[in-house]
Amino acid sequence: MTSAICAHSVVEPSGRSKSIAGSLVVVYALLSMLPLFWIFLTAFKSPPDSIAYPPKVIFKPTMDGYCGLFSTISRQTPEYIASLPPPTSICDKVARARNMVVAGPSNFLPRFVNSLVIAFGSTALSVLLGVMAAYAFSRFRVPGKDDLLFFILSTRMMPPIAVAIPVYLMYRWLGLSDTRSGMILLYTAVNVSLSVWLLKGFIDEIPREYEEAALVDGYTRLQAFRKIVLPQAATGIVATAIFCLIFAWNEYAFAVLLTSGQAQTTPPFIPFIIGEGGQDWPAVAAATTLFLVPILGFTVLLRKNLLRGITFGAVRK
Amino acid sequence: MDKLVARIAAVAAAVMTLSLAPAAPAQTKQLTLCWAAWDPANALVELSKDFTAKTGIAMKFEFVPWTSFADRFLNELNSKGKLCDLLIGDSQWIGGSAENGHYLKLNDFFDKNGISMKDFMPATVLGYSEWPKNTPNYYALPAMGDAVGWTYRKDWFSRPAIRKEFKEKHKRDLAPPKTLDELKEIAQFFQGRVIDGKTVYGAYLYTERGSEGITMGVTNALYNYGFAYENPKKPYEMRGFVNSPDAVQGLEFYKALYDCCTAPGLTNAYMQEGLDAFKSGQVAMQMNWFAFFPGLYKDPNVGGEKIGFFANPAGPKGRFTQLGGQGISVVSYSNHRDEALQYIKWFAQPEAQKRWWALGGYSCHKAVLNDPGFAKSAPFAQDFLTSMGMVKDFWAEPSYAQLLLAMQKRVHDFVVAGKGTAKEALDALVADWEKVFKEDGKI
Amino acid sequence: MSETTVPLTIAEHAARATPDAVARQVRGLSDRAIAWLFISPTILLLLAINIFPLVWTVRLSFTNFRANRPNAKILGVGIDNYVSVLTDPDVWAAMQSTAHFLFWTILLQTALGFALAWLVDRRFKSHGFWTTVILVPMMLSPAVVGNFWTFLYQPQIGLWNYAVQFLTGIPAASFSMIGSVKLARWAIVVVDTWMWTPYVMLICLAGLRSIPGYIYEAAEVDRASPWRQFWTITVPMALPFIMLAVLFRGIENFKMFDMVNLLTNGGPGSTTEVASITLKREAFEKWRTGYSSAFAIILFVTVFGLANIYVKALNRVKSR
Repeated sequence: MTSAICAHSVVEPSGRSKSIAGSLVVVYALLSMLPLFWIFLTAFKSPPDSIAYPPKVIFKPTMDGYCGLFSTISRQTPEYIASLPPPTSICDKVARARNMVVAGPSNFLPRFVNSLVIAFGSTALSVLLGVMAAYAFSRFRVPGKDDLLFFILSTRMMPPIAVAIPVYLMYRWLGLSDTRSGMILLYTAVNVSLSVWLLKGFIDEIPREYEEAALVDGYTRLQAFRKIVLPQAATGIVATAIFCLIFAWNEYAFAVLLTSGQAQTTPPFIPFIIGEGGQDWPAVAAATTLFLVPILGFTVLLRKNLLRGITFGAVRK
Repeated sequence: MDKLVARIAAVAAAVMTLSLAPAAPAQTKQLTLCWAAWDPANALVELSKDFTAKTGIAMKFEFVPWTSFADRFLNELNSKGKLCDLLIGDSQWIGGSAENGHYLKLNDFFDKNGISMKDFMPATVLGYSEWPKNTPNYYALPAMGDAVGWTYRKDWFSRPAIRKEFKEKHKRDLAPPKTLDELKEIAQFFQGRVIDGKTVYGAYLYTERGSEGITMGVTNALYNYGFAYENPKKPYEMRGFVNSPDAVQGLEFYKALYDCCTAPGLTNAYMQEGLDAFKSGQVAMQMNWFAFFPGLYKDPNVGGEKIGFFANPAGPKGRFTQLGGQGISVVSYSNHRDEALQYIKWFAQPEAQKRWWALGGYSCHKAVLNDPGFAKSAPFAQDFLTSMGMVKDFWAEPSYAQLLLAMQKRVHDFVVAGKGTAKEALDALVADWEKVFKEDGKI
Repeated sequence: MSETTVPLTIAEHAARATPDAVARQVRGLSDRAIAWLFISPTILLLLAINIFPLVWTVRLSFTNFRANRPNAKILGVGIDNYVSVLTDPDVWAAMQSTAHFLFWTILLQTALGFALAWLVDRRFKSHGFWTTVILVPMMLSPAVVGNFWTFLYQPQIGLWNYAVQFLTGIPAASFSMIGSVKLARWAIVVVDTWMWTPYVMLICLAGLRSIPGYIYEAAEVDRASPWRQFWTITVPMALPFIMLAVLFRGIENFKMFDMVNLLTNGGPGSTTEVASITLKREAFEKWRTGYSSAFAIILFVTVFGLANIYVKALNRVKSR
């Protein structure tokens, strides 16, 4: 974003208007961060502190939240707990202090792994397909090109629930329900439209002369594609990959309807984190924190290409 | 940059193989049990350690909160999923699951292993195992008995100042209510009162809209005012039973109770919100499933001497309560049917059942319930027996979900959103239900 | 990748010995073949996962099929499903909720987003950093956001209620954003606005930056007031960008499912039941597959039609 400033030369705003504008923006930014900060804090609260009235800002940090996230705990009588062997893990100790025992591991970790596998798998596939199709659309005369491109984009306009009805039936028939490969295929199909559109924009920007020179040097088209175009498009490929990754990481509607356990990802699982009786807010907050942290990193990485990604390449600066 | 393509392709290939491989290595035998995420389920995890120790079969668990429970697992069954080997499914699913072949029929297995349904409480066998109802066709073993009951703040009820004021106002002692009218009176008495510096509210009621919450709450008033699902002599004849004047009164009672005596904002609240409200000391009385009472009794803040229990009070037309609870079934799509049956066999033993009750689960086995010490084994045990003797259940038809969603909508729109009258709500409900049964070809 | 480089170098040597055109035909695929080879996997995937299901949905929409009754007979019912969707008061109620949600989210996000973009365009110190901070909410998972906002909206313990109490003096325990029939519609608007204002801001910022400086300089020469400059230069020049943002937000929010599903699940009553939630209830809770297929088609046609009209308007503004 910073690079864009030098490019145009609006009449420079006065120092005072700058500082007023700056403070307003900073106030907005801080306010909009407050909910996230609150979740981060809640992850370190004990369950009673998390539902204290009025809300507690100062509290004694505990690991209850993270323990509740990674283990299943059950309330038992002190006599029963006394009959057990001494605690072996931190979480066991934390739980027993509240008259509870760790009954077993929770399902959070497998869900997190599912999220990783499905997000990276579908990203790799959609970028691979996307870069190929984008190159073809960018460099060759394809009959009905505009229609095809529009067709690819329009698949993204369908409400996910509407798509899920037949996909549900199809996957049931093919035995793909609740499988990671089914979800990878589905997310690839959703992401490939973004991938094609974005990458076409990036490849369009690479001067054709480079390839033509290479062809004259005796490269084949495929070689030119691999040795000239791909390296030039590397930044675009990375940006596109991150966008695909974020979509697959965040997706909920398909995941909640088409997976139940084996391939379930994190977003539909987080609301399922129930403690003793009510929703275990510290554990939910811990899960939310762990789930959101990678996204923060990606946002920073993507800063320069964000605009392009969110508008399907319609706005390029 | 050959490398880039090669790497992307390699990652894609690696991930695809990884994803095609089964999620867990099948070296050790493993069973997955699916149930709702709540206290008893965590107790079952603890109990099942014994099964693993005895058989070497590892147990995995999939627990889903109640509000998503039906969606999630009915979806799983309908997609012929292999996630669950064992499913502790809700009582109302039995019809659809039996007719569509989701559950294994257990009669032969029971006969072969000497498991007799006569050893289980009749109401639970009827509610959780049989389809069609009242025929000896079993698709589940009663696993968790449950019904709606009430908890109250015994410590508040026994404070002299509060007792004195109540007696002056109502000319009777403050005690757990015997009728619904008394319940409302007590709730009104506590509503808005300041106790220990905090404003408290009278009663906590189910109002949840999305799954089954408000239906499971309102039926406790409806049944006792004379609501019936159908003509006892003519199945599926609902006009005049569902929307009888008595039923209308019952619905009006629930709304009046909701309007006068609940905490603000509890417009979409089910079991969890009830527990939160009770544990944080907001309410004097709480409607909730017996399943939670062991946990509440052990609660450090409101448990022990501070909590009391009572069964659903009588209404003008009798005393009933809403049945909850579940049976455990073997999913017919499972690849581990034999191990799953082994689990049921282990679970049905009286010793396992006794330990189940001790850890916080409600056994349905007579060896537990008929034990002379049972009624005194926990402060809510007697109320549980009383309640299980007067339960009624919602439709268990294959179309139960549609019937339930219709009722959720009609009742919630009237009670919480205040649309129309009670009569209109129940008339509309009859019309909805008739439509469903017509589509099913039952009327 | 040594295995691949060896044959390639051999090929290159061979290539240098032959004239270009011949070489290309001998060793490489023709351009046309490459084009199709490169495009077809994408098209095939989309046909399999998007188009085939869509055609199937259309077919199902003319039947009474139910996905939870494998043994029941499937009968054709003509256009009955379409008729009953379009005459169902619940569907119209859902459309109304969707319209309310769409209108207010777009209005608020455009106003706030444009204002923020204008402020950021004042180019104060470290504005790049603060812009990135502002962008964070829109990168998050709407489902996870919806879920944790239920916590922030809790009547007594939630941060939101407490903040309202702090600012206005209305007691935190006296209202419930997601519980009250009156407030719930606004609860989802607030969360969506929190999440997506940055999105509109980012696009508007690009719009503001696309305005060449010399136009303002010319206006300065003409002594146009800043107010006049804003309305005659800034807004009209940024309009195509604003409309683009509105288009994308419109399509996305018309499809809105995840955030609302976890925040209110359509409640209380049916006050926040937007179209996708109704569709989910019909398709995956009541299992009226035929009926919900018809509903899905109607929704798809609607969003597609609206988007097309809008794109035309957008182009007209752009070409002006």
